[in-house]
Amino acid sequence: MEKGKAPLLELKNIKKDFFGNQVLMDINLTVNEGEVIGLAGENGAGKSTLMKIVFGADVIRETGGYGGDIILDGEKVAFETPFDAINAGIGMVHQEFSLIPGFSSTENIFLNREPKRKNVIAEVFGERLCTLDRSEMHVRAEEAIGRLGIHIDADMLIKDMPVGHKQFTEIARELSKENMKLLILDEPTAVLTEKEAEILLNSIRGMAERGIAVIFITHRLQEILNVCDRVVVMRDGYLIEDVKAAETSEADITRAMVGRNVDKVEGRSVKELDPGEGKTILSVKRLWVDMPGETVRDVSFDVKEGEILGIGGLAGQGKLGIPNGIMGLYEAGGTVIFDGQEIPLNAPRKCLDASLAFVSEDRRGVGLLLDESLGWNIAFPAMQIKDRFLKPYLGGLIKWRDEKAIEEVTQKYIKELAIRCTGTRQKAKELSGGNQQKVCLAKAFALEPRLLFVSEPTRGIDVGAKALVLEALKRFNRESGTTVVMISSELEELRATCDRIAIVSGGKVAEIISADASSEVFGTLMVSLVR
Amino acid sequence: MNENVTENKSIKERIDGLVKSFGLPRLIIAGFLLLLYILAPIVGADLPTQLTNTINRFSWNAIMVLAMVPMVHSGCGLNFGLPLGIISGLLGATLSIELGFTGGFSFVMAMLIATPFALVLGSVYGWLLNRIKGGEMMIATYVGFSSVSFMCMMWLLLPYDSPNMVWGLAGKGLRTTISLEGYYNQALARILHIRLGNFEIPTGALLFFALFAFGMWAFLHTKTGTAMTAVGSNPVFAKASGINVDKMRLLSVVMSTWLAAIGILVYEQGFGFIQLYMAPFYMALPAVSAILIGGASVNKASIANVIIGTFLFQGIVTMTPTVMNNMVHMDMSEVVRIIASQGMILYALTRKTEGGK
Repeated sequence: MEKGKAPLLELKNIKKDFFGNQVLMDINLTVNEGEVIGLAGENGAGKSTLMKIVFGADVIRETGGYGGDIILDGEKVAFETPFDAINAGIGMVHQEFSLIPGFSSTENIFLNREPKRKNVIAEVFGERLCTLDRSEMHVRAEEAIGRLGIHIDADMLIKDMPVGHKQFTEIARELSKENMKLLILDEPTAVLTEKEAEILLNSIRGMAERGIAVIFITHRLQEILNVCDRVVVMRDGYLIEDVKAAETSEADITRAMVGRNVDKVEGRSVKELDPGEGKTILSVKRLWVDMPGETVRDVSFDVKEGEILGIGGLAGQGKLGIPNGIMGLYEAGGTVIFDGQEIPLNAPRKCLDASLAFVSEDRRGVGLLLDESLGWNIAFPAMQIKDRFLKPYLGGLIKWRDEKAIEEVTQKYIKELAIRCTGTRQKAKELSGGNQQKVCLAKAFALEPRLLFVSEPTRGIDVGAKALVLEALKRFNRESGTTVVMISSELEELRATCDRIAIVSGGKVAEIISADASSEVFGTLMVSLVR
Repeated sequence: MNENVTENKSIKERIDGLVKSFGLPRLIIAGFLLLLYILAPIVGADLPTQLTNTINRFSWNAIMVLAMVPMVHSGCGLNFGLPLGIISGLLGATLSIELGFTGGFSFVMAMLIATPFALVLGSVYGWLLNRIKGGEMMIATYVGFSSVSFMCMMWLLLPYDSPNMVWGLAGKGLRTTISLEGYYNQALARILHIRLGNFEIPTGALLFFALFAFGMWAFLHTKTGTAMTAVGSNPVFAKASGINVDKMRLLSVVMSTWLAAIGILVYEQGFGFIQLYMAPFYMALPAVSAILIGGASVNKASIANVIIGTFLFQGIVTMTPTVMNNMVHMDMSEVVRIIASQGMILYALTRKTEGGK
C-alpha cells in the first residue's frame, strides 16, 4: 500500500441481515486505486450481498439497510440507489445480463448517456428531445470495445450475440463511463470460453494500469491468482483471509473458502462393477426430444443396474433434452424400457410411478416451489407419487397431510445434506443456489427412486457445495443401490463421479466410454457430430 | 421506572408484531370500523341493531367469499366469473319452488338441484380457463357478464309457471324479485337463533358457513388439496411431480362454482328474496374485494383471510351509510353505500399484487 495516500474505498464493520438471518459480519476491506482484488467464497458466503451494498442496490434498502460505514475517497457515503453509486464512479457488471436484447451493442453501451445533437425542437422543449449523435456514439463504442482488446461488431443486436460478447458489451458499457473509479465484476468469466476469459483478464490488468480499481468475483481460482493483486476470501458472512495473491495458492484459497481441506473429488478408481455383467435396467431406443436449444435427434443407450452413467457434451448438443424428454417435460418419441416395462413418453406421472426420478437443471423454474416451505418442497413429490407423509382417515377416503412426518424427513435431509437454512419452514426462495440444489436432491431422495436422473447438479454452485452434492449422489447410489444417470457440462466432474460416460453430440450419442479414458478422447467425441 | 421502560418496549414490540402479522391496511380498516361502531350510538343509531346487521350480512356473504379460495390456490386467480355459479344457484332455487317444495325442505332441494348445474357449468368454465392460462381473471370477468346476460333472456323464456314467481299479468316469465316467504326465508338463520333485546345472532347460518370453512380448510390439508396449492405455486414443478395440472385447475373451478351456487342460496335465505336478471352481475366484485381486504393475494388465500375480509368489508358497507345518514339527517344511504363499497373494491384491487399474510 502506498503511504500517505488514502485508499479509494474503505469498508468498515459492514453488517447485514436478511430477516434475522445474519449474512455479513463485521467486514473490513480497503481497496486502493489501480488495485485488482479477487473476491472468493462459496455461494451464500456473502460476496454478492457485500457488492450489492457497495453498489447501493435497491434490495439492500428494501430489506432494512446495512450496518457499518462505506468510505469512498475519504468521504463517508451511503448510496440510496445504484444511480448514486454510478455517479460516484462505481460500476458493476452483473451475473445476469442487464442489456436490452433488441438494441445494438452501441445503443446498450450509451443507453441514457448518449452524446446528443441539438435541434430546433430541443431548443424549445428541452434536452430530452435532442437527436442522438450516432456517428459519435459509434466511434466511442468502438473505442470502449477496443480497450478490452477484443473485436465485437458494435452494430450487432444483443440478442444475436454469443454469450461472451454480451458479457464484453456490458463491461465496455462500464468502461465508457468517464469517471469510472471502481469496477465490480461479478463472475464475468462464468459464461466465457477460455480464450475469451484470457482476453478479459488482460483487459482487467489494462484497467488497473489506468488507475481503475477492480473487484473481481469468480469461482475460478486460477484466474484470481493470475490477475489479482490481493485475494479476499469470505466464508459464512465473515472475511476470512486478505492476502497478497503472490503469497497464496489455489489450495490455500480453497481451504479458506470451505474451512476444511477439500481433496480433489475422488475418482471411482476401483471398478465397482463390470459394465458387461450388470443387468440392464433402462434401455432407451431411438429417442427424439423437441426441447428448444437442446434437441435430441436419435439417441439409444442402455443403463446397467447400480451404475452411475454420465452424459456429457457441449451446450446445445442435446444432453439436457434426454432426461427432460424421458421424464415427459418436453415432447418426445421413441422407446424407453425400464426394468422390462415400456414407459409411455410425454406422461410425467407414468415415469414417476415406475420409480424414476428427476432433478432438473432448472432449479427455480422446475425444481422448486419457491414460495413454499422447505418441508413442502422435499415432501411433495413423495406425497403425491408414493402416498408417503399422509395419514389415511375413513378407510383411506381422506388422505391427510402428516405435518409431523414432513417435519421429520425435512430435518433428516437438512442434517444429512448440510442444508444451510433457518428451519424447515423457511421458504425455498430465501436459500442460496447451492442450498436450493441440495433441497432438489433431497426431494428426489425422498421419492426413493430406483433410477435417478440428475441434470447439471453443480451448475452455479461453489466448490464446497459441489463436493457435498457429488458426494451425496455417490453415497445415495452406494447405499440404496439406486442407479444414477448424471448429466453435466463439466467433464472433470463426470469423470470423478461416473462409471461410464456417454458423450452427446449433434443430438446423438457419439459413444459411451469408460470414465478413465483420456481427455483428448472425450474432446474429440464432443465435437464429432456437432451440427 | 426501569420496569416501566421495558414494559413500554414490550408493548411497542407487541404492536409491531401485530402490525406485521395482521397487516397495516387491515388494521386501518378495522380501526375505521371500530370508530363507526363507537360513533353509531353517539349519532343516535342503535348499536345492537347495527351489530346484528353486520353479523347477518357476514352470514349471507361468507360462503361466496369462501368460493374464491380454491381458484386462488390452483393459480387461476380471483374468480371474477362468480356469476356463473350464482346462476346455477338461482336455477336450483327457482326449480325447487317450481317443483312445489316449501319451507326449509325447499332449501335442501334447491342445493341438490343447483349442484348438477354448478358441476356442468363449472366444468365448461374450467375447460375454458385451461385454454387461456395467464389471462384467467380477464376472461372470467366476461364469462360472468355474458352468462348473466344470457340468463336475462332465459328467465323470461323458460316455461316456469309457479304463480309465486311469474309476472302477474302475463302469467309467464319470472319476476325480478321473488319473495321466499313460505319457502326457505331464514331457513338457516332460524336454527338455534339467539335474541338478546335488539341483538340477534343467526346461529344456524354461521354454523353452516363454519361447516364449509372447515371443509375447505380440511380439503387444503389433504393430498389433493396440497397438489392444488402446488399447482398454483409452480405449475411446472407440479407437472414434473406427476400432477395433472389441468385436472387440478378444473377441479378448483368446479369447486368454486359450486360454492358460489350454495353461497347465493345462503344469501337468499338471509335476504328473503331471490333476485334475478341483472342482480348476479355485481356479485363477484364484493366477494373479490372482501377476500383481498382480508389479506389474500392473487395466489395466496387462507380461511382466515375469508373471515376477516368478509367481516371488515360487510361491516364497513353496513355501518358507513347508517352513521352518515344519522349525521346529516338525510336519506342518502344508497349513495353512501355505493361510494363506500366501490371505494373498498378500488382500494382492494390496487393492493391485489401484495403477498399473502
